[in-house]
Amino acid sequence: MAFINKNHFWPGIILFLLIIPLITNSNYLLSILIIIGLYTIIVQGLGILMGYAGQISFGHAAFFGLGAYTVAILTTRFHSPTVLALLGAALLPGVIAALIGRPTLKLQELYLALATLGFGLLVHIGFTEGMELTGGPSGIAGIPYLSVGSFVFDSDIKFFYLVAGILILLSAGIKGLIESRVGRALRAIRESEHAAETAGIDTAALKLQAFIFSALLAGLAGGLYAYYITFISPSPFSFHASVQFVLMAVVGGLGTFVGPLLGAAMVVALGEFLRWAIPVVIPNAGGEYQIIFFGLILVVLMIFQPEGLGALGKRLKPATQKLPGEGYSTKIEAEKEGGL
Amino acid sequence: MLLSIKSLNVYHGYVQALRNLDLDVKKGELLAILGANGAGKSTLLETLAGLHRPAQGEVMLEGKPITGKSPDYIVKHGISLVPERREIFNSLSVLDNLLLGAFHRYRSNKGTLSDDVAEIIDIFPALKGREREPAGTLSGGLQQMLAIGRGLMARPKILLLDEPSVGLAPMVVKEIMSTLAQLKNSGVTIILVEQNTGAALKVADRGFVMERGHITLGGTSQDILSDSKVQQAYLGRKRMQTAAAL
Repeated sequence: MAFINKNHFWPGIILFLLIIPLITNSNYLLSILIIIGLYTIIVQGLGILMGYAGQISFGHAAFFGLGAYTVAILTTRFHSPTVLALLGAALLPGVIAALIGRPTLKLQELYLALATLGFGLLVHIGFTEGMELTGGPSGIAGIPYLSVGSFVFDSDIKFFYLVAGILILLSAGIKGLIESRVGRALRAIRESEHAAETAGIDTAALKLQAFIFSALLAGLAGGLYAYYITFISPSPFSFHASVQFVLMAVVGGLGTFVGPLLGAAMVVALGEFLRWAIPVVIPNAGGEYQIIFFGLILVVLMIFQPEGLGALGKRLKPATQKLPGEGYSTKIEAEKEGGL
Repeated sequence: MLLSIKSLNVYHGYVQALRNLDLDVKKGELLAILGANGAGKSTLLETLAGLHRPAQGEVMLEGKPITGKSPDYIVKHGISLVPERREIFNSLSVLDNLLLGAFHRYRSNKGTLSDDVAEIIDIFPALKGREREPAGTLSGGLQQMLAIGRGLMARPKILLLDEPSVGLAPMVVKEIMSTLAQLKNSGVTIILVEQNTGAALKVADRGFVMERGHITLGGTSQDILSDSKVQQAYLGRKRMQTAAAL
């Protein structure tokens, strides 16, 4: 990537993404990009939790689902304003994450993974069995479109720009976060939790904040998902989805800036590609062939690029520019000007 | 008394690492804690830094109990540990490492932090010009200086150092020890855990020898240096004396 002018790279990518709807009128392509965008929101939060706080959550599909059901229930049963319902969709998972995280994050290693695993399964059962509130297996239909004032997000193009806008703001926010005092502490925890503690960082509190932040984002994505599909049922929020989110985070590359987008795009696009390609190559093949090839491709990818797709750029750069294990450049320039 | 430790008992699982340990530290002192591997020296420092919760006993800092408090509370209240094997953040820049030392006062002292960093660079001029480099690219000696600098950035009343001389060339050890002496003169109280008995006692006011979890010998550095058991066990002087007698 050394031949690309760094200053033009990101604006170029963003510009390209923004004109996609203008050069295609395929709703299929747009809908895939929107779903990738929504997953990217989830994986960005999960990436902070996994890449910096060093914790794994196997329950993010539950937060995603709680966001979606919050929007569905608030808008269809209580006719709440759509923006308010979206706010609730982010807040509820955040509060629940605080309740789960407080006791489990003080413990080491895999306690959060186990707690979120159980929580995810429970919530999914709740969606399926809570007939009166959640509509059971058949879900909730008739969710209205998101509207801000008199502007209604009622088409794929409008929704695409909404998700793109949220992603750009979120990415800028996360970049700022990682370069801030808190981000520096998160990077220190990633490096050595023991040393971070002796430097006076309250590691348990920071991990809890990272967990709450990731749950908020999953809830926000869930709320947006409900407004986009306008119908929800329990199936997209199963344990399988939680594993997929973790997969996206790892394939994309933990602790890298573009990792979440690349990971979500890779997993979604690969799934769609195999769904098309397998029947062409192997006629009469069942769905299990897709899963086999999906797994194979990801295994090969992780063998040759264990740091994830987001770290590919670093590999292509000349070795002299490489900082070991550094996904972000430090904020020295800004600190120089602003007196730290 | 700046720091007073009374009958401290600490366990690692079933193993008792500290047994009824008592120690008083006066303001501005430089103490050296000596002893063999497994004597409990590191455990003592880590307990003072809040990384282990004592089973019994009391730690008072300026008359207030800090027993069993969390590491971030203890850093905030003036005790800073420079851990064994340095444990700097390799992929972060030297500057980031220093700023992390000031984590707890980052917001309140934001305006003066660059002066504090400059002060640390003055103490360790070898770090000058390398502020933006990843800390992992520094030599062992510079990494140790950075670790001490990170500890100092917390503006501690007491600086705890766990074997700063490990793996360093004698010249570098000498430099670090003389820096510790300077720091002491500027008013920082220092507790130094060392295997390098000779180097430590050269700069320390008082020395203590630890064996199996408690202090078996304590006194001024001169007393410790002239103690025949210390000379035998830690300084390897026995043969020399016998040779001199012949």
